[in-house]
Amino acid sequence: MFTNFFYTLKNYGMPVSLNEWQSLLEALEAGLAGSSLIGFYYLGRAMLVKTEAHYDRFDMAFSSFFKDIETPEGLPEKIWEWLNKELPEVEVTEEMRRNHQQLDLDELKRMLEERLKEQTEEHHGGNRWVGTGGTSPFGHSGYHPGGIRIGGESRNLSAVKVAGMRRFQEFRTDETLGVRQFQMALRKLRQFTTRLDGARTELDLDATIDKTCDNAGRLELVWNRPRENAIKVLLLMDSGGSMISYSRLCNQLFTAVNRTAHFKDLKVFYFHNCLYDWMFHDTHCSLNDHTPTDYILNHLSSDYRVIIVGDASMALYELMRPGGVIDWELYNQKPGIEWLSMLRHKFEYSVWLNPIPRKYWSWMDGSYTINKIAEIFPMEELTVDGLDRAIRSLKSRKAISAG
Amino acid sequence: MSASLKAYQGSSGYIVSDELSNSVNIAISLKKPLLIKGEPGTGKTMLAQSIAESLAMDLIIWNIKSTTKAQEGLYLYDTVQRLYDSQFGESDVSNIKKYIKLGKLGESFGASKQVVLLIDEIDKADLEFPNDLLWELDQMSFYIPETKETITANQRPIVIITSNAEKELPDAFLRRCIFHYIAFPDPDTMESIISVHHPKLERKLLEQAMETFYMLRNIPDIQKKPSTSELIDWLQALVVGGISPSKIKKELPFLGVLLKKNEDLDVLLNQLQGKGNARNSNVLGRFR
Repeated sequence: MFTNFFYTLKNYGMPVSLNEWQSLLEALEAGLAGSSLIGFYYLGRAMLVKTEAHYDRFDMAFSSFFKDIETPEGLPEKIWEWLNKELPEVEVTEEMRRNHQQLDLDELKRMLEERLKEQTEEHHGGNRWVGTGGTSPFGHSGYHPGGIRIGGESRNLSAVKVAGMRRFQEFRTDETLGVRQFQMALRKLRQFTTRLDGARTELDLDATIDKTCDNAGRLELVWNRPRENAIKVLLLMDSGGSMISYSRLCNQLFTAVNRTAHFKDLKVFYFHNCLYDWMFHDTHCSLNDHTPTDYILNHLSSDYRVIIVGDASMALYELMRPGGVIDWELYNQKPGIEWLSMLRHKFEYSVWLNPIPRKYWSWMDGSYTINKIAEIFPMEELTVDGLDRAIRSLKSRKAISAG
Repeated sequence: MSASLKAYQGSSGYIVSDELSNSVNIAISLKKPLLIKGEPGTGKTMLAQSIAESLAMDLIIWNIKSTTKAQEGLYLYDTVQRLYDSQFGESDVSNIKKYIKLGKLGESFGASKQVVLLIDEIDKADLEFPNDLLWELDQMSFYIPETKETITANQRPIVIITSNAEKELPDAFLRRCIFHYIAFPDPDTMESIISVHHPKLERKLLEQAMETFYMLRNIPDIQKKPSTSELIDWLQALVVGGISPSKIKKELPFLGVLLKKNEDLDVLLNQLQGKGNARNSNVLGRFR
């Protein structure tokens, strides 16, 4: 009967595989869900969901699939246990026994359930002991040895209610999906060197053999520094208005670059539509917080790999004219295109990533500026494959066009 | 859930939610690794200690660093020592076994009793690291070519893996794990967590401190939100410093314990300034 649930999950975009599904069925057979829906909810979530970003999808799928099922289980499982396990051990008085005889176990459970409901309503969010004192059928005062507590309100919710609460909505960051793929592509951006400083910890086998032979067989060990990545990266990102529609994609790339720990150095700057005299430190692109582009050009060594992310689609004057900068309080002496080509000349290993798919480059609105910039920088689309190609072109110098 | 499966229920020094203990027990009975994610300071590492304690097992901790290789967890073959020994003829070099040192994973396989193995902060390592461990965690055995030996777990260890989500973990690895995300505790849970660490706390002090704490956490621009462990430290500082409860909200004493970044301190000060509230002037004065 659960097979449909599998497809419901798939429909909600959960990447469930058959392996996991089978393990879940095994777990069900082993009784791990405790034949209650809330048990099944937690079991399914633990086994099928692999990231907190998908908790919300699971909740939605679950509540849509099970919404019509009536759940008679507002009862905390500890109470069930208590009822099932501990009850027979209790010494019961004559009066109690008479009471018990009138009710079968189901009836007892039902009544306790009702009683519990009343209690949570009375002691709001309460941590109240159940079954202390009183004359009810389960009122054996001081009876539970370790104490049985109902931990707050949420325990009394049915599984569908718990799922319906969608507590993990905020984790729904679809951005995380492509991050690993981007990271894998970025991994290829490395240039190993042993010249960097560091402890010599690796045994150099060849040199050791040579030295030992020279020593007439007396062992002499030669150590080397482990190889390290010497790649330094300068990431420039367009934070202009036209980029908003691609912000998810750019965030993925940004997260991937940021989490890639193996670069020797990583600098990130932002710009608005086109690069001019200023490289801004955050996405607001305010003058209060910037580094002059001149400074970058003069102070960063030319072996920085430069990755520019932008749609390159802008008004013609923004690229070609002095004073073309779109922010009204700024003025640029040199046109944007000149800055771009200076950047390109300084940093020979550079590439432009464009979130606009390649097939639109030739005919969409900003196609003139896109093509103009593509003459200066090698341009790739911002996809995993495009990044792959871009990384490849970052590893070798490309001829710089006269532009 | 039947009684025999309810093995883990939390321990005296660690408050566990029912969801989490459920996940732990599912992982134990299905013999799969349990992957724990969550905000820093939500007790991911403590969980393994608590499981070990409550099930009376030994705990083996494998701390992962950015340079850790999967192989290190299995075994290390000390070639250099062997070379030296062969040179000086100090011991029997033909016995390679002597130069094989088991790593943390190997240790947990070799233990005579079932142990809890904590692989801490798996995301610190290289991207491929988790993939390199797939077979070993699945089969609970590995082969040492040098000695032609296969090490198989006597007792399948309970494997707890923690991750701070610095890197995405590979799908193939995730498929083999039970996953649990430790959500940040709500105030009620937080109170019971605190009562474990500070059993004799003054009611008023606790209330004021908690209110301030959640207020700080709710400021949207704070980058490094204060976590449980910071709250516990802060309470300790308040108690030791003999701060009266009435002053906590007004003066925010020992703020450095809660907010560790200069930027965050600035954000908070801006907020307080924005309110233009006279009662906060004390705080502002101290930071100017």
